[in-house]
Amino acid sequence: MTQFLAIVSVIFAVLALPATAQDGSWPYGPTLPEATGEPHPEGNEYMRKYHMELMKHDRDITMRDGVRDIDASLKECFDCHTVTDERTGDPVTYKDERHFCRTCHDFVAVKVDCFMCHRSTPEGFDEPQPLHARLLELTNVAEVAQVEQYIASTNAFPDQ
Amino acid sequence: MSPKDNFVLPDQPENPSRRKFFKSGAAAITVTLSPGVTLMAFGGSKVHAAADFNKRWGLLIDVNKCAADCTACVTACKDENGWEGHGDPEQNAQWIRKVTLKDKSTGRESSLPVMCQHCEDPPCVDVCPTGASFKREDGIVLVDKHTCIGCRYCMMACPFKARSFVHEPVNNQKSHAPRGKGTVEGCTLCVHRVDKGGTPACVEACDATGNGAMTFGDLNDPNSEISMKLAAYPSTALRADLDLNQGVRYTNL
Amino acid sequence: MDRTIYREIKATQSVWTLAVILAGLIAVAGWSVLYVEHNGHAVTGMNNQIVWGLPHVFAIILIVAASGALNVASMASVFDKKAYKPLSRLSGILAIALLVGGLGVLVLDLGRPDRLLIAMTVFNFTSIFTWNVLLYTGFIGVVAVYLWVQMDRTVHPKFTKPMGIIAFVWRLVLTTGTGSIFGWLVARPGYDAAIMAPLFISLSFALGLAAFLLVLLLLYRLDDRKIGTALISRMTNLLGVFIAAALYFTIIQHVTNIYVAEHSGFERFILSDGGIYTTLFWWVQIAIGGLLPMALAFGKRPIDATARAVVVSVLVIIGGFAQLYVIIIGGQAYPLDMFPGFEVTSSFYDGEVAGYSPSFFELALGVGGVAVAIFATGVAAKILRILPTNLADKNLSD
Repeated sequence: MTQFLAIVSVIFAVLALPATAQDGSWPYGPTLPEATGEPHPEGNEYMRKYHMELMKHDRDITMRDGVRDIDASLKECFDCHTVTDERTGDPVTYKDERHFCRTCHDFVAVKVDCFMCHRSTPEGFDEPQPLHARLLELTNVAEVAQVEQYIASTNAFPDQ
Repeated sequence: MSPKDNFVLPDQPENPSRRKFFKSGAAAITVTLSPGVTLMAFGGSKVHAAADFNKRWGLLIDVNKCAADCTACVTACKDENGWEGHGDPEQNAQWIRKVTLKDKSTGRESSLPVMCQHCEDPPCVDVCPTGASFKREDGIVLVDKHTCIGCRYCMMACPFKARSFVHEPVNNQKSHAPRGKGTVEGCTLCVHRVDKGGTPACVEACDATGNGAMTFGDLNDPNSEISMKLAAYPSTALRADLDLNQGVRYTNL
Repeated sequence: MDRTIYREIKATQSVWTLAVILAGLIAVAGWSVLYVEHNGHAVTGMNNQIVWGLPHVFAIILIVAASGALNVASMASVFDKKAYKPLSRLSGILAIALLVGGLGVLVLDLGRPDRLLIAMTVFNFTSIFTWNVLLYTGFIGVVAVYLWVQMDRTVHPKFTKPMGIIAFVWRLVLTTGTGSIFGWLVARPGYDAAIMAPLFISLSFALGLAAFLLVLLLLYRLDDRKIGTALISRMTNLLGVFIAAALYFTIIQHVTNIYVAEHSGFERFILSDGGIYTTLFWWVQIAIGGLLPMALAFGKRPIDATARAVVVSVLVIIGGFAQLYVIIIGGQAYPLDMFPGFEVTSSFYDGEVAGYSPSFFELALGVGGVAVAIFATGVAAKILRILPTNLADKNLSD
């Protein structure tokens, strides 16, 4: 029993070491992309905890009552919370793991249902179709070039 | 019963400037919503609900003015709402389509657009198990895709085949017209435009061609263009025998 | 009558073989569900014209058979037919198993099956679907209690009849709800009829007893137990009566529809012009599924009562399948008549008879539902005491 406790304490101590970092950072968390624009007046902690409640509430008011002048809609989130790819300058969609929502939601393993229907990038950007959906349609050189460009944009092969 | 019942807004931090229309505090705020009644508690609301129960939006389509080879309304709807499909034509969505008619006894041909008729007594709303198919205060019939489970019962129930099922994964949606695989959709009467005081894309496009077969307006307002036309000329609704009191009417059918 | 001893079946080689085959079918169904969910319903044969396809045919036939399978127990508890008393437990178990199989198929074919929780908590009470959600889940609970009062030795037998009555009434309401899914649709000429509910109730009697007979004979064959020919013949004869009732309601449904001028186009489609639907209606539903099994059931007592029971039951199920295919798919294939007196064409296939070719995924899902039902019944027979050890004729009386 004592041996077991000793091992557990050692493991716990090792895992807890990062908590002693002086700057208060927590190294096991997700790395969230920087946002642009004004911060939320409620603060990040509030938004992290309650963004789903706020969205669910607003969506029903917009859907059923037609109220569209609520301060924040899902598309407005992307005014500040868009992650752009360095190579192409295009915003990344939800399919990319660098997408703002995914950086946190992948970490906590909570499925995001929104983007089955909503777009995950600002309006005006022409989202490319997912690669595997297009593979079977390739018939000409121009499309192959588009595919190459897309592969390059996902940064899967950084050396090329 | 909707998920919004008994919704309690979390307590606000010091600076709730974003949430002007809900007063927060220690008290719980409950917003109850049902098709017909909206309650805003605790100090009232400064927000004017865009779905006004005094209005009833409708369309009037003059079949004589509809050109047989023109599909401007269909193209405009596709562009506005982004439902152009690239799959099997039998599975692609069609929110609006041009129908060609040929009178069996006289041989006379005509054409007209058919879309969701925005019935006053919609069969699709009656049969939806989750209440996702609903009618707004102002008569527009919509699908709440947050609640739609994709059972397609509304598609069985609609006498006008107005609804489509999304058979494939979708991306690059228009931000004002979210649509996704596994849910059902249909003509929204461009509710995103109407709520801001605009007109549906199909009506605009029809006006732009010069045919002017489609009129949009408030059926409850006796001075609106549509009401005056309906008062002056005979009009009918499709499947009038079903007594659904549609918002979409046709003249010269 | 000797006291009935209920015993679990033994796990013999043949039982294991059957279990493995059924598990394989369930696995194929599971894979096909994942495939369809990932790629969308585009990979199936269903489209915007034929909205409900083969999975729904399977699901409805399983649900209708489920409510009918309970009938054997109802005959014993509610109508005091003592000969069926030993069969009550299997009847209840089979009812639950068939219902679970049918519901599984129905739910897994949804566009968003991940939203099942919404379907079970958000209700629109003008929709018969909502009532069905409550009726189906309630049925499982009611039959579970019914089984409990029968099987638990500490519960006094006086509770069996009231529970039996509750279960019987519940199942009638449930089948009414299932028939009303179609009966309350004003849009389509093939539905929109009050008779759909009684029609489905009559179908449930026939399909339920047929399914029960087949499962009973299968389990007794697997476990090498005796079952009396008089009992089998009696049930086969009863099945003939149920087929006659189903045929009666079918005839009334179609003859009435022919009289309604605006529905006569649809009737002409089903009864003569509909290609596959006409073939299925006359040859499979009426002839093979109705008249032939009825003739066999009422005919002279054959040498082998068991073989006759199996043949009659199989024919009834095939006929029921054809009937539901004609109702569900045929009812959708016929175009909506929005413009009476006009020939109609459009890009959305208005005015055209819709084509439907089921995909493998739909068949796999449907068969998987049947496999789940049989598998569940087999597991119940293995771990619970639901099957009497001896159903020989001299052991029973009425």
